[in-house]
Amino acid sequence: MKLLEIKDLHANIGDKEILKGVNLTINAGEVHAVMGPNGSGKSTLSAVLTGSPAYTVTSGEVIFNGKNLLEMPPEDRAREGIFLSFQYPVEIPGVSMVNFMRTAVNEKRKYQGLDPMSASDFLKLMRERKELVELDNKLANRSVNEGFSGGEKKRNEIFQMAMLEPKLSILDETDSGLDIDALRIVAKGVNHLRNAENASIVITHYQRLLDYIVPDVVHVLYKGRIVKTAGKELALTLEEKGYDWIKKELGDL
Amino acid sequence: MEEKKENNIVDKVTKEEYKYGFVTDVESDTIPKGLNEDIIRMISKKKNEPDWLLSFRLKAFAHWQTLEMPHWAHLDIPPIDYQDIYYYSAPKPKSAQKDANGVDPELNKTFDKLGIPLQERAQLSGMAVDAVMDSVSVKTTFKESLAELGIIFCSISSAVRDYPDLVRKYLGSVVPYTDNFFAALNSAVFSDGSFVYIPKGVRCPMELSSYFRINAAKTGQFERTLIVADDDSYVSYLEGCTAPMRDEAQLHAAIVEMVVHDRAEIKYSTVQNWYPGDKNGKGGIYNCVTKRALCKGDDSKVSWTQVETGSAITWKYPSCILKGDNSVGEFYSVAVTNNYQQADTGTKMIHLGRNTKSRIVSKGISAGHSQNSYRGEVRVVPNAVNARNFSQCDSLLLGDKCGAHTFPYIQVDNDTSRVEHEATTSKVDEDQIFYCNQRGISSEDAVGLIVNGYAKEVINKLPMEFAVEAQKLLSVSLENSVG
Repeated sequence: MKLLEIKDLHANIGDKEILKGVNLTINAGEVHAVMGPNGSGKSTLSAVLTGSPAYTVTSGEVIFNGKNLLEMPPEDRAREGIFLSFQYPVEIPGVSMVNFMRTAVNEKRKYQGLDPMSASDFLKLMRERKELVELDNKLANRSVNEGFSGGEKKRNEIFQMAMLEPKLSILDETDSGLDIDALRIVAKGVNHLRNAENASIVITHYQRLLDYIVPDVVHVLYKGRIVKTAGKELALTLEEKGYDWIKKELGDL
Repeated sequence: MEEKKENNIVDKVTKEEYKYGFVTDVESDTIPKGLNEDIIRMISKKKNEPDWLLSFRLKAFAHWQTLEMPHWAHLDIPPIDYQDIYYYSAPKPKSAQKDANGVDPELNKTFDKLGIPLQERAQLSGMAVDAVMDSVSVKTTFKESLAELGIIFCSISSAVRDYPDLVRKYLGSVVPYTDNFFAALNSAVFSDGSFVYIPKGVRCPMELSSYFRINAAKTGQFERTLIVADDDSYVSYLEGCTAPMRDEAQLHAAIVEMVVHDRAEIKYSTVQNWYPGDKNGKGGIYNCVTKRALCKGDDSKVSWTQVETGSAITWKYPSCILKGDNSVGEFYSVAVTNNYQQADTGTKMIHLGRNTKSRIVSKGISAGHSQNSYRGEVRVVPNAVNARNFSQCDSLLLGDKCGAHTFPYIQVDNDTSRVEHEATTSKVDEDQIFYCNQRGISSEDAVGLIVNGYAKEVINKLPMEFAVEAQKLLSVSLENSVG
């Protein structure tokens, strides 16, 4: 079943075109890795899919779960089940994690026509999901990402993903800045949440993360287009040889 | 695109209804418009006041006539025609009909609608209320049960009648009529307000609260509140206020005086929600208020907490005179301005005694075309050895058409004291909004979350019921004001 279909997507930041015709289809149950040299448009792709106001889509189409994604405001995309694990999670001083997550969970439920979750059910869910990424108990009372270490911020992203149970999660360089233990915890969380109904896009520079989160498909994004798609072995080849051989194939070197 | 989004958002904010803007249909007992000695005599007569009070009023009026309206604040105040204001207006019952509590049913309905039930049974437990409409107190609840502890909680008019010695002793002792233009005006024409006296050693078992409502058109409200905490006593006092939506501006010039004796403590909290005017800045309340506490006794303590969201113009500096040794003054403030609102607010901490301490936490939030200023003075006299002050003034901007200003004045005249001042200015970050959006939270709700987070340190100082109200108020006042 097709969960996400991106057709000839073009997007700008200001006057500069970053995505120059991206085509990508993701089926439920799949994990897709997106790799590529710096500046190739990987983070732009995640920002455009989630509706960041910093980018303008100039042409193309994105169908998510049968709906036209690009017509929706960012909050509705999230409520439809798109989740971004941010590369740089934002701090929101004074807003406690419990308050933040409760608002997010209940907004989604409202969108789905469900009643808000009771306080006790919510706290129970929060306790359970927190354990998945081994976040400590004080988390609930701390402000969103404020004073979190780099590793805690990334684990907190996966915790939020576990709370919101998205259909499509996009992990934008979730491995950057993580030590090996934190990487394992994050990967364990992601794998735990993986099932036949959902899918993930894993954006990364390194094969290392893909040892833990094994992709079904690996894409190379280069100069705003997907230039190569293959199985998980492609990541190993890239780790070994870098990107020059692809650039050569494209006649860029 | 960004510009457009911001405009949409500003448009939406300004459409936010002021939900207290209704008018109660009661007849009023109003004296003629304008201000002169005869008017003052008339007010005094209406209230059956003793001669000393009339002569206090007349002296204040004579002094007021020598004064000019102050223009040092960062405010653009349109000229006020003081002869075009009604200085006394009392709601007049339609019939002789009164309920079991002795309140006109129409007024009962009004206060119910405002969420201030005047029946003691229906009240929030642990809170006594003095409800004031226009120039008179409508009802004071729990008066009798408080009296059993020796606590006096009543309207200032009845205090003048029933406790003349106490009122005479303290009235004008902290804010003399010569203090400033609006204080002189208030002293001349003040109508009603609350009086509180907590006797020695008594901890007031419930929150005391005054609710001020302006109802009649073209009427000024000049209330006067006097709170005295005797040795070793404690009281927490709350003040709330609203007014109907009217096209013309209305003046509110109040005085709050507090006297705190040895080891006593007063907590004074305000949620100010006067009508702020419409989206073009038409109408609204001019809120020009003098509030001051005298920490007279050793080890006494005062804390002012204010959440200011209403009024077209706010001119207000709740202050502490720290006279007693080891006395403590605190000021916690959140001031929100939107559309064309203007606020110039802050505090004064005057350190006179030894080892006196003060703490100032001010959070300004500006949106729309508003101007929001913090103005604060910290003064330490030569004798105030080992005085300490810490001030923190933060400003948060939403959009790029508003202004935030900070005017701190610091004067320290000894070398054993320590004064610290920190200030920050920030904008609500688009990345923060997007982060919330990505979690399914709309931009309006995100601003509400972020602003409440920013103001939390102050909101937390409010009593529980008020804190919840204040949080809602902050979100409503600023809904959707950022792109």
